[in-house]
Amino acid sequence: MFNSRKASAGLSSPYVAWMTIFIIVPLLMVFYFGLTDAGGAFTFANVASIASPEHLKSLLLALELSFISTVICFLIAYPLALILAHSRISSQGLIITIFILPMWMNFLLRTMAWMTLLEGTGVINTILSFLHLPTQHIINTPAAIVLGMVYNFLPFMILPLYNAVSRIDPAVIEAARDLGAGRFQTLWKITLPLSAGGIISGVTMVFIPALTTFAISTLLGGSKVLLIGNVIESYFMLSYDVHLGSGLSLVLMVFIIINMVVSAVSDAKEQTD
Amino acid sequence: MKGYQRVLSTLVLASVACVFALGGCGSNTSGSAGTGEASASKELVVFNWAEYIDPEVITEFEEETGITVVYEEFSTNEIMYPLLAQDPSAYDVLCPSDYMISKLIEQDMLLELDMEKLPTAREQIGEQYWKESEGFDPGNKYSVPYCWGTVGILYNTTMVDDVVDSWSILWDEKYAGQIYMQDSVRDLLMVPLMMKGYSINTLNENELEEATQMLIDQKPLVQGYFIDQVRDKMIGGEGALGVIYSGEAIFTQRENPDLEYVIPKEGTNVWIDSWVISKEAKNVENAYAWIEFMSRPEIAVRNFEYITYSTPNEGARELIEDEDIKNSEIAFPDLSKYKLETFLYLGEEGDKLYNDYWMRIKSE
Repeated sequence: MFNSRKASAGLSSPYVAWMTIFIIVPLLMVFYFGLTDAGGAFTFANVASIASPEHLKSLLLALELSFISTVICFLIAYPLALILAHSRISSQGLIITIFILPMWMNFLLRTMAWMTLLEGTGVINTILSFLHLPTQHIINTPAAIVLGMVYNFLPFMILPLYNAVSRIDPAVIEAARDLGAGRFQTLWKITLPLSAGGIISGVTMVFIPALTTFAISTLLGGSKVLLIGNVIESYFMLSYDVHLGSGLSLVLMVFIIINMVVSAVSDAKEQTD
Repeated sequence: MKGYQRVLSTLVLASVACVFALGGCGSNTSGSAGTGEASASKELVVFNWAEYIDPEVITEFEEETGITVVYEEFSTNEIMYPLLAQDPSAYDVLCPSDYMISKLIEQDMLLELDMEKLPTAREQIGEQYWKESEGFDPGNKYSVPYCWGTVGILYNTTMVDDVVDSWSILWDEKYAGQIYMQDSVRDLLMVPLMMKGYSINTLNENELEEATQMLIDQKPLVQGYFIDQVRDKMIGGEGALGVIYSGEAIFTQRENPDLEYVIPKEGTNVWIDSWVISKEAKNVENAYAWIEFMSRPEIAVRNFEYITYSTPNEGARELIEDEDIKNSEIAFPDLSKYKLETFLYLGEEGDKLYNDYWMRIKSE
């Protein structure tokens, strides 16, 4: 009003303070600890320790499992997003609510419920053996962790995909069909490229938390499957080595930054198109 | 608008100042350390193992003394340590195990106890437990025993036909996918070290290497590495064999009569968990009152019946009504029959060495 720049500075200051205290300062601390040794001298050893066989193995395993989970999430979510976009408005809200509903319950509780479901004498096996079907034994294996990741992160894939697909003008699809494109060709050449922004943000929102998780792998992996998140957690919580823990966190940050750059570039491209 | 803005910037400044003040706090408090000023504070922060007390006992302590107890729990010594190290004034009275107590003593983090203030504890805790404690707390200056026990194999008699008397059964392929191991570094490495006849406090890299390799070979047979959950899985019939603390054994047998507990012939770890007071505790007098309260036989026996971990309290053992449990070979074994060893603190280098091997086993 009188001085809009001053006013907006005043209004944004709570957020600026919040960001400084809880995001920037901790981030700088991670950088500081990650690049120093116990004596406080500068070193690259913490970051370089990612190359040790134990750390590398857990990083590669985490990359592999989160990649598989992301692909599965995408394969489930994309058809659902298409169905949703083409269904009646009233049923859209219902289906979205059904997918969001479990998120109102605590994430750890939901994952612990899977432990009870998957156990050797758990709910699923009891039902399977009642029906004289072969029982499953996936608890405490990487497969159980993938299941946990897909289950927990699927809504994060559905929502951006649904948003992107429903924004596509039906006239564009109709035009493609009029001009002789088959169903598959329309999907491949028109729908998919037009929803690229949603795909990238969905992939980011599944891949990053899956890559860094340690709770899911502890609960469903029986502490037998060590992901990079577990390694970092154990340096902070067990061996009290904040330097090594921070150093490895910096390595993980590289993957997060790569992901952010990709989505920023695609956003920019979308704007210019 | 101007006034509003000023209020905001003051708030921001104040919160920034707060953060710095808090940051400074951690290092400043050491100045008033150990004076144990007899403040009339009505609070006490207890940091104990998870599920390691009869909750009604806490309420009774609060009612009798008027002290409000803030009760926090940990599941391994290794998890407890960084939390205490970050802010030693955050906790008053804690209950770590033997080797962790010697680490805390070495790092000057514990308050030297005034035994004059602990007459009940001095009288009720058995002589042999004070003597046993000398191994990690020479002169009994810092700790008062709370619970003790052994580590052994819990097995399900409906699933295991062999005689269980050796750690080696945990490597038997017949039981693949039905074995549970402990998820903490010392308890896990203890098993192969004992089996091979090495010291469980060894710093010999060849011996540790061999033990590590054995655990890596065993990994495909193991269903999972757990702490408290070994108990639940064994009760639920989820496993044939599990490495477990003796204190859990009586409880699991109550819930599932098919379970048996053995101390393997190669020997095992005997441990003591004791009350200690943080050197920078804010409520020292209340902490003394807590330890005294816990050492009363009628309180100790209720804790024993609730958590079923062996009590070093002689008066409490006399009060146990069930003769079978009073003379139970699990709760009160004749220690002279077994080869036993207590964990010792191995120093920073030793800790790091063990953690490196642990990481290798876990990442395999």
